[in-house]
Amino acid sequence: MNLFTIALKSIRQRLLASSLTALSVALGVALMIAVLIANTVVSKTFDLQGFGYDLIVGPQGSELDLVLNTVYRIAPPIENLPYRYYEELKENKHIGIAVPIALGDSTEQGNFPILGTTVEYFAVEYAQGKKFRTSAEWPNGKWESVIGSSVARENNWKIGDEFKMVHAGQDDHVHDEKFKIVGILEATATPNDRTVFVNLNGFYAIAGHEKPIQEAIDREVEFFGETEAEVRAYHAADLKEMEAHAGHDHSGHDHAHHHDHATPDLQKEVTAILVRMKEDPKNPTLAQSRAIEFSADLKEGFKAQAVNPIRPMQRLMTYLVGNVRLILINLTAIIIVVSGVSIFVSIYNSMSERKREIAIMRALGADRMAVFSIIITESIILCLAGAILGILLGHGLIMFASPILEARTGLSIDPFVFDPMELTIIPVMIGLAALVGFIPGLTAYRTDVAENLSS
Amino acid sequence: MSLELKNVRKNYREPNGHDLPVLDIPHFKLETGEQAALVGSSGGGKTTLLNVISGITKPDSGEVLIDDIEITRLPEAGRDRFRAERIGFVFQTFNLLPAFTAFENVLLGMSFARGKADRSHAKQLLESVGLGHRLTHKPAQLSVGEQQRVAIARSLANRPSLLLADEPTASVDPANQETILKLIGEICREHNVSLLLVTHSPEIATQFDRTIPLQEFNKVLQNV
Repeated sequence: MNLFTIALKSIRQRLLASSLTALSVALGVALMIAVLIANTVVSKTFDLQGFGYDLIVGPQGSELDLVLNTVYRIAPPIENLPYRYYEELKENKHIGIAVPIALGDSTEQGNFPILGTTVEYFAVEYAQGKKFRTSAEWPNGKWESVIGSSVARENNWKIGDEFKMVHAGQDDHVHDEKFKIVGILEATATPNDRTVFVNLNGFYAIAGHEKPIQEAIDREVEFFGETEAEVRAYHAADLKEMEAHAGHDHSGHDHAHHHDHATPDLQKEVTAILVRMKEDPKNPTLAQSRAIEFSADLKEGFKAQAVNPIRPMQRLMTYLVGNVRLILINLTAIIIVVSGVSIFVSIYNSMSERKREIAIMRALGADRMAVFSIIITESIILCLAGAILGILLGHGLIMFASPILEARTGLSIDPFVFDPMELTIIPVMIGLAALVGFIPGLTAYRTDVAENLSS
Repeated sequence: MSLELKNVRKNYREPNGHDLPVLDIPHFKLETGEQAALVGSSGGGKTTLLNVISGITKPDSGEVLIDDIEITRLPEAGRDRFRAERIGFVFQTFNLLPAFTAFENVLLGMSFARGKADRSHAKQLLESVGLGHRLTHKPAQLSVGEQQRVAIARSLANRPSLLLADEPTASVDPANQETILKLIGEICREHNVSLLLVTHSPEIATQFDRTIPLQEFNKVLQNV
């Protein structure tokens, strides 16, 4: 019979007290695991290192808001950019890909964000080496849509189903137009899973989405720094067609007929443009330096900004999420220390009634170090059992909470994500066990054999 | 195994700071395989003597030689190891650990000696005291007599050459006293173990090779 078995027997003898103390450790560790996993997930989610674009071009304002709106769809759009600006960007000789994004509306069922874009969006990797895959088709048609995997699951939507969208704003107006689902995206573990993608032309064709003509002209005057005449001259063809269409009698036929006409570019807007610079295989850093140059130029010219999405997210992680994580980890560390103290109290309180047992073992030939080691082993067993249970509980907690969190925040959480810091829990717990077992161990070490045998 | 005590003195410090003499033994010897009963009334220093012989308590002066090894000169850990491997102990109140089964209590006796616990020997010992069918019973599930028999089996776990028994029948009912004493005597003879048994009962003492009244060799009692 070794010291471990003797310690284990002693724990079993005080099963209830031992279980409760181990449980208190387990709860502390479980909380720490939950914090670590949540942090890992948040870090992974907000890590845009593998993001398929170099820049997000949007209206001037908060860089963070632009990224949160365009990539995560959890902040309202800052403002809109004229569609003409997107057309100009496409022609920029340094720009390889420019994808328009129109956000703001949501689905009537489930309140999922609706993103109007072109099929080019799906051609660019959503993360390093990962491409979008659809179960059927891409939304090439005007009233076609593909939906994220979580949208399909939660709304129980299938290919062929139709849905309406709710206009962003105070009125919560439900648009009459319906989009048809032509594809469901494979899960990406990104906010795309909770997004509904509609064809950009369809998005513009929805009643109320076209900007009033004079307002659109004023916006371009302000945006491009041109005169109204210059703007009118630029859109002369569109304006002429609109005037002709204004003379057309709409009475006596369906309102939706109006939207069979293509929306003029003047009346279109985008909330952001995803930009990928042209790459040069001979000079891999060229695209990056061009992106920096482009971003700097933009600051001086138009009322737009080009943001490398990595930087604001890194700032958010470092200054906010990082500090919150630090606070939470410190709090859970305190909880673990408190549970360690409970182990100390439990073992220490049992020492007075165990002095005779210790004296018997000493009389049978156990030396002082042996009885000291038995107590330390007991403390280590309790701490380790608590730690292992805590790790399992922590992952279990995340497994239980992940669907709820995903539904509320849009962040998908893998309960089996492993944080390397978890590796430190076991050695830390062994250290804590040795620390809290030291004083009771010392009591055992100092037990007077003759006195306690005769008591 | 021979046991020899030379000029062993032990005092206890009283709360008022005075020394209370408990043992003053000029000489005592127990021959190999001998069975001796030490008789004395309560408070005569019997238990202290056993503690001194086993190395649990260090005498203030004098020598305790076991097989010519002066255990009083060994460091504490050395005395513990010596006790684990060479001396068996049977206590008045059995001192079994309640969380351990009869078999585990015997194994526990082997845990602090060098070498691996001999499970078959532990089982054999329990069978030899008539408890082969009670291996998995915990002390609370055993009768008082059975508990003492487990304690006897445990005392022999490491094949000691000296067995110290401190009033081994004091907690046992009269019907079982005879059986326990017979068992201790027989088992010591069988394993060629020297036995020093302390008791307050002259009747019990007569059952062994030699009866030694405590006051005969403890000078402290002669001066009372």
